[in-house]
Amino acid sequence: MRLYGTDIASRLMLGTAQYPSPAVLAEAFRRSGAGIATVSVRREAGGERAGAAFWDLVRGLGVRVLPNTAGCHSVREAVTTAQMARELFDTPWIKLEVIGHADTLQPDPFGLVETARILADDGFQVFPYTTEDVVLAGRLLDAGCEVLMPWGAPIGTGLGLTNLYGLRTLRAQFPGVPMVVDAGLGLPSQAAMAMELGYDAVLLNTAVAKAGDPAAMAEGFARAVEAGRLAFAADPMEPRDMAAPSTPVLGQAFLE
Amino acid sequence: MTRAQVLGAGVAGLCVATELVARGCEVTVHDPAPRPGPHGCSWWAGGMLAPLCEGETAEEPVVRLGREAADWWERQGVRVDRRGTLVVALGRDRSELDRFARRVPEHERLDPGGLATLEPDLAGRFDRALHVPGEAHLDPRAALICLRDRLDRSGVTFATEPGGSADFTFDCRGLSARDVLTNLRGVKGEMAVLRSTDIHLSRPVRLLHPRVPLYVVPRPDGLFMLGATQIESDDRRRSVRSVLELLSAAYALHPVFGEAELVEIGVDARPAFPDNLPRILRRGHTIHVNGLFRHGFLLAPALARMAAEAALEDTQPELMHEDHG
Repeated sequence: MRLYGTDIASRLMLGTAQYPSPAVLAEAFRRSGAGIATVSVRREAGGERAGAAFWDLVRGLGVRVLPNTAGCHSVREAVTTAQMARELFDTPWIKLEVIGHADTLQPDPFGLVETARILADDGFQVFPYTTEDVVLAGRLLDAGCEVLMPWGAPIGTGLGLTNLYGLRTLRAQFPGVPMVVDAGLGLPSQAAMAMELGYDAVLLNTAVAKAGDPAAMAEGFARAVEAGRLAFAADPMEPRDMAAPSTPVLGQAFLE
Repeated sequence: MTRAQVLGAGVAGLCVATELVARGCEVTVHDPAPRPGPHGCSWWAGGMLAPLCEGETAEEPVVRLGREAADWWERQGVRVDRRGTLVVALGRDRSELDRFARRVPEHERLDPGGLATLEPDLAGRFDRALHVPGEAHLDPRAALICLRDRLDRSGVTFATEPGGSADFTFDCRGLSARDVLTNLRGVKGEMAVLRSTDIHLSRPVRLLHPRVPLYVVPRPDGLFMLGATQIESDDRRRSVRSVLELLSAAYALHPVFGEAELVEIGVDARPAFPDNLPRILRRGHTIHVNGLFRHGFLLAPALARMAAEAALEDTQPELMHEDHG
């Protein structure tokens, strides 16, 4: 998988929030083989080096860091947070969240496009957290994004892929664009389904961090992602209504 | 007589000093501040002795070692209320209650009648709740002062300057020990204290919420401690967002908190190791007791006992790390 010119081996990305401890977080990354860690800059910020100890732990995971603008509700907030993230983690990558609705944490499509354009013009490589809306996806690409991150369901809900039709349409509309299903996944089967649809990767946090055994759940997701990707690449059969025996029936005179 | 010096007079240092005195040591406690107060992380604690509830996210040693705490504090003459913990969730977060119940097996389920019996002032506010008996709470500030006074009376010397020699040094400086413990980090916690005479609670109440979990610990004189944020930072600024969240959660627990007096907003950074478990670290004649994270009053008694035994009886307790660095 190639994201902004960088090859990433694993198609699983994990967030770094809400784990019982940094040690459990590290174990979840180890067992999942996740290749990218998202980290929230906003919440831990405040003070020059106040969150440094935790950020050092995240850097110590040995994976690529994708800082995000979680919790930003306006263009200005998101731009400032992105600039801070670029300095802190020395990366042009930014997962852009501009939240438009407090209850569902749904992206603000207008603020998102505006911020994406500002950041892309400023040299950022933007990973926008978006909905499955096809028109919005087109506008984000126009704004300079080369990767899209549509939601499966609202953040932290674990509802899975709530709009299968929308996600299928989005995938079909932009076949060459790397797309990551981000947010709303609760179970590995849902991640497998996203991969079977042809999405390039999945990103999740709560489903792993809040599991009773986060490391085991992380490994479960890793295997599901691999299974789903293999299935997608293997050109799956089409479902059909009529049963077809999988062993040849000999000695039968006529086909029904 | 074994001479021991204890660095730091927070909850860890005072508990260690208490255990050393009990074993007949001559103890000096060094701390730049002469008395317990807002300079120390323990001052801002909730004072819940809730090993079972903590087991929702904490590892097994926290649950097991935490069970010693209530008895230990009572033996020191500290007032300990043993009324268990009440756990509730708002309507649409009811699934949080089921998840919590799975992780904390030693609970009783309460129907509205059971809740009304246990906490009459919360009657009608929740259609179900969990009660975790066998847990306790104390007033952390009163507990620190009580320990400090007892140590004074036992002839322990308190010094605001470092210095002097000893057979053993117990370094209990919390986050200040980062100069020698490089993998110690700060986890910021913000809390608030409210005063209300319109509501009475007999036990700590935990309000489960996917974004803003809250606990309320009742204290004497109509005070209620609201806690606590948990942010990966050693920053010590009290943010508007955190305080808004704490106060909104309290208001959601009971609207009467909207009329309460806002007495105090506190913040400090808890010392934690990467696994969020405390450690006893031995480097020659120095024994570090640190990383108590959000479990200071819960785990300091067990850690103090184990650290004292490690030094004086040369035992190898759990959570002990030999270190020659």
